[in-house]
Formats: sequence, structure tokens, C-alpha cells
Amino acid sequence: MKILRATRIERCIGCQSCSLACARLVHQKISWSTAGIRIVSSGGISTGFEARACLACDPAPCARACPTGAYTQRRSGGVKVDKSLCIACGACAEACPVDAIFIEPETRLPYVCIHCGRCVPFCPLGCLELIDSPHEDPAPAPSEAAPETAPAAPQEAPHAG
Amino acid sequence: MPADYTFRVLLADLATGKGEYRRFGDKREVLGGSGLAAALYAEFGRPELPALDPAQPLIFAIGPLTGCFPMMSKTVCGFKSPYNERFAESHAGGRLALSLRFAHIDALVIRGRAPTLSALSAGIRHFELQDTHYLKGLDVFTTGKMLRKMRRSAAGHRSILRIGPAGENLSAIACINVDSYRHFGRLGAGAVMGSKNLKAILVEGASAMPAPEGKAFAALYKDIHMQLTTTEMMTKYHDLGTAQNMAVMNKLRALPWRNMQTTHDDEHIAAISGETFARELLLRKTACTGCPVGCVHVGLLREQFAKHNDVLYRQVAYDHEPVFATGSMLGMTNASDVLAVLDEIERQGLDAISGGVSLAWATEALERGAVTEEDTLVKLSFGDAAAYREALGHLGAPPNEFWRLLAQGTLAAAKRYNAEDYACVLGQEMAGYATGEVFFVSQAMGLRHSHLDSAGYSYDQKEQGKDVAKAVSFMVEDERQRCALTSMVACLFARSAYNEESLAKALDVLGFPEAAANVPQAAANVQKLRWKVKFSTGFDPDEVKIPKRYREVVTWKGPIDADYLQELQTAYGAAIRELGR
Repeated sequence: MKILRATRIERCIGCQSCSLACARLVHQKISWSTAGIRIVSSGGISTGFEARACLACDPAPCARACPTGAYTQRRSGGVKVDKSLCIACGACAEACPVDAIFIEPETRLPYVCIHCGRCVPFCPLGCLELIDSPHEDPAPAPSEAAPETAPAAPQEAPHAG
Repeated sequence: MPADYTFRVLLADLATGKGEYRRFGDKREVLGGSGLAAALYAEFGRPELPALDPAQPLIFAIGPLTGCFPMMSKTVCGFKSPYNERFAESHAGGRLALSLRFAHIDALVIRGRAPTLSALSAGIRHFELQDTHYLKGLDVFTTGKMLRKMRRSAAGHRSILRIGPAGENLSAIACINVDSYRHFGRLGAGAVMGSKNLKAILVEGASAMPAPEGKAFAALYKDIHMQLTTTEMMTKYHDLGTAQNMAVMNKLRALPWRNMQTTHDDEHIAAISGETFARELLLRKTACTGCPVGCVHVGLLREQFAKHNDVLYRQVAYDHEPVFATGSMLGMTNASDVLAVLDEIERQGLDAISGGVSLAWATEALERGAVTEEDTLVKLSFGDAAAYREALGHLGAPPNEFWRLLAQGTLAAAKRYNAEDYACVLGQEMAGYATGEVFFVSQAMGLRHSHLDSAGYSYDQKEQGKDVAKAVSFMVEDERQRCALTSMVACLFARSAYNEESLAKALDVLGFPEAAANVPQAAANVQKLRWKVKFSTGFDPDEVKIPKRYREVVTWKGPIDADYLQELQTAYGAAIRELGR
């Protein structure tokens, strides 16, 4: 399985289309916060942008911190969340070392990336991509791999170049 | 659940430090943005009082599509202008619109005067007026850095508005800076903030709205997003940006140079064209939140400040209008010099167009002997960036009568020194399109006195005839259509993606079917309401004077036709008077 990475975040223009897409398509919300990826500036817009998103830990500290089993470990790193089991304690967000989990202020429910890649086509500058998880078994040795299985070159976004 | 057509408005009283949420208005009638700001001024404004009276409201309004569709990224600021004592509107992008949306604030209305220089912050579960007297006199950039430290938690999902020395000193050409690179620039909104002892406004948006059920919303969003990012529709704005217009306008003999003493300079245009900026100085591009286009071009200004290769760098945003105002208008022949002047304008918190154009007038006035160096304190001359940077310090914090007058706008100084003929003022300092009679009348008489009230500059380029009725009809109808966009509040660059039909689709899919069915009529209501509010503050079209220089201009069509200009002005004045009845 793949994981999401902001591999070319230095191209980011701060439009937040990725966050808006995640909220809209994954969580049925209109928001730039209730999303698995959030774009923030650090020290103002002149310093550029960084992506707050799950780095697909395995084992994931957030899952370990969850006291009610709402979190389960994802096979290729990262987690799945069952909000019906969540007691809104916020322990997951506190445990995350990279501030990737957003706690919605009204409901206190957690939002974290599920590595589905639905944000990727909405990034106009090609900052995001789904890549092979570093936590899965290594790929077969080159001699065993069929040429057509080589990873495709990262797709350029419409504006890029 | 039936749709809620009211707006959620936050009324902030700076005298008491208290806020109050209230339901107000009707989306079916005024849509939002421009319409909402005008309706709020009609409710809370004090047309009979001066612009800088603490009782006057400073209004920030968004629309029903803000945050819900791409490029719905602007906020409308409504206020009584200290520049002309009339109702005024200014528009800005940045993060403000989405910050308001996700703080569940459709409009923020600020009244009263804070006891000390203060910062107002509002958001979910948060409302605070904080004493910031220690920020007094600080420039816009330093102020931004201080404010970011005050509330670190909301980084990335908040908007910071602030004023510089010009706003604190009540300059009628002071702007409100929004998130470093965007501005409520025109007509002195910065002075209104200054008059309220308000150094800054912070809006934090961390909340969410439920998306409409079903697939229609996501499908429509994707369709519009892909139109904007995969077709040529937005290429101009993303590529060279509006600075592309510099060479185009110069070629058309429609680019004001050196206080519009000429409309083209083929020898020097290449030095300050959009192409040159992109090739030599473009550092990166950025975007307003919710807009995938990325039209904000940020240039790199590198300066050696001492020997031994001691250098510093600054990041300065540029567009056509600022490059015209501080470039060709000031006779600049070096792109870095343009950024250096722009940087100082930003630092002082001045509107870039008014700042540049007023200095152009001052330079010609000094050349002609209407004013002396004793007045200007600086030897202004076209092309001298160092002199202009020094002068801008005087414009931000005026040390004498000359600079105090110029800080109230070019005409205020031009009247005192009998030099109105060559003041490049069309309602306010002109934008960079000397295209002809229709644009001159459109900016001088338009509601915002902006090049964006209607596409008069474009009409001049397309229409060769001089049919007054046709031109007036175009201006009125184009303004009506723009009222729909500025009420939603869409970026006007998106006007090819958002016609009235697609705006209606967007409203419908969000669950506002009655507003969707009423877009053309609501836009007409807004147009009338805005004029009515402006007339209530004493606007008289017959008092608008177009300076002599505009009758001396030569464009690619030849000399300006003074009779056509006058007939247009009279006819358009009658048309807007009728609209405001």
C-alpha cells in the first residue's frame, strides 16, 4: 500500500486546495482544518509553507495512546480511525510527534490522514504524491523485477513547469 | 432543514472591548460581500458624521460561497472614506476570507475607539481586545512579526491585518495590510483603523461546516477547479501575472510615464516589464487561500548595505498596478529600484498606487517650481529611487505642511499649491491604464474610483466608435455583473469561470435555491443599494473633476476627445444618479 508524502512542499503556494479537498471528499466537511493534511506557514507567509500530515509511523504512537481502540494500525504505516469508538480525549493528538492530528474544536474528534491520495490531484503545483511505504517488505531485487513494475516518474501538476 | 438566508454578523465595540453576534440581512436580497457591506453601512453607518468619527463602522464582509468554491477568496471592506468623505469599498485577498468563514463570521463590524492602541482578535471561542501600545509607530513588517508571536497556536489558519505609521497618522492614502502581501488599499481604510486606535485585527478560523449531501457539490467543485488549473483560463495570472500589462500598455501608448507626461517610453519599458521582473527578480509565487492560481508574485530585493559584501534581502510582492505607480509613473528604469520603493511603501502602510502617483505629482510640481525643496525636504527627481524612499518616510509620518497635505491625497496638496492641472487623480490616484475616455470616466465616477468598477479600460481598447449611450450602457451593465461577483466574494480574475449561471449552480448545490434563482436581480439590487449608500454620504457626480492632463493625453487612437469625455461624464453621472435614487 502507498502512503502520502509532501515530497515537493517547497513548491507550495499556500492555496490549501489539498486540505479543502480532504475535508470535502474524505470527511464531508467544508474546512481547511478537519483534514488529514493541513498547510501552515511558520513565521509568516514570507517563510514558505509546511505540510502537517501523518508520516505513517509503524508502530504509530497515536494508536498506542488511544485508550478505547478507536485507532488501529494500518499495515503500511499510519492508522485508521473509527470515530464511533472515540471518546474525544485528545490523547492521540498529544502523542503525535509531528502535530499531524487535528482535534476539531466543537466535537473534539480527531482528523488524521488515511493515505488515500484524494488530495493529490487538487494540488496545482504537484507538491504531493503517493509513494511506496517504507514500512512494507523491500521490493524484489532488480533482477527479479519486471521492467514495467518500476515506479512511474512523479506526475507533473498542470501548472508545473 | 430550511436554508438559513441570514448572515451571522459580529459587532465589535472597541470602547467597551465587547463583541456581540447578531443575525442580519437576507442572502436572497444582497447575496453577501459588496451587498452585505453596503447593507451593514446603511444599518450601522453614520453618513452625517466625518469618516474618522469613532462611531463610523469598519466593515469586513464575505459571501455565501466563501471557502466553498475555488477563488472565492476575497473580502470586502466597507467604510466611509477619509479621502473623500463618501462611502467606499476596498477588496483584499490573503487568508482573511477563509479565516472569517471558518470562524463562522459572515461580517465583522467594528465600531468605537479603543482606549489605547490595540489589537482585536476573534475566532471560535475567542474574542479579545488587547492593549498593544508598544506597537506604536512600528512598520507593517515588524508589527506582523510581533503579532505572530502573540498567538502562535493558530499559525497557518488565521489572518493578520495591520496598519503602519501611515494609518496611525491618519493618512487618507493609508492601507490595511492583509497577511503581508495583500491589502485593503484604496480610499484610506488604514486611516479608519488608525482613528479607532486599532493597530491590528487577527481572525482565527479553525472550524468546519458540513458539506452538502450527495455528489453534486464535489463534482461542481472539481469541474471548476480543473477549469482553473488545466485550461489556459488563468495562465496570464499564474505566469507573468498582471505585470504582463506593462509592456502591453506601453505598446498601446496607454501606460502613464513620469506623471503621465507621456504614455509610452520604448527605450525604458524593457527595464521594468513583467517579463524582466519574472526573468531577473521573481523569487516565488504564492496564493490567496482557496485559490489554486497563485497570482501573487514575490520579487527578491537584494541590497548591499555596507562594504565587504554585507547584503540583505527582502521579499516584495508586485503586480501591474504597483509596478506602474512606482515604476513608469516615477520614471524608474531599473526593476530592483521599483521593488525598493514598493518595499518602503509597504513598510509605511500606504496604498501603493496612491503612494506612487502622489510622488509623481510632487516630482513634476518640484520641476515646475510649484513647490520648493523647502517643502519637499528631498530633491525628488524621476528615476531617483533613493530620494523616493526617503520621501515615503515623510509621507508615512509627515514632518511639515507639504507632506501632511500630500498624505491626504494628491488633490489636497495640488489645490494648496495651485497645481491641479497635472494631478493624475480620477476620483483617487489613477490606475495604470491611460486607455481613453471611457476608462477615465469609469474610474473618476465609479463607486470605488477603481479600474475594476467596470472594464472601461477594455472597452476603450475594443470599441473605436464614440457612442455615448452605448458606452454608458456597457459601464452600467458591466458593473451590475461585477456586483454579483463582488458579493459572493469572488476574485475578479475568476470572472471567466463564474458567470451568473455558474454562480447560481454553486448557490443551488450549497442549499440556497432561492438565492440561486435570483442572482441577476440580486446583483441589480446590490448595484442600486451601493449607489444609494454612496449618495447618502453626499456624493455628487457633478462635483467630480477630471484634471486637465487627461485632455492632453495622446493614446494609440490619437488625442483625447474632450467633448466625448465631457458627454460621457455627464451621461454616466445621470445614470448613476438614477441608480442611487
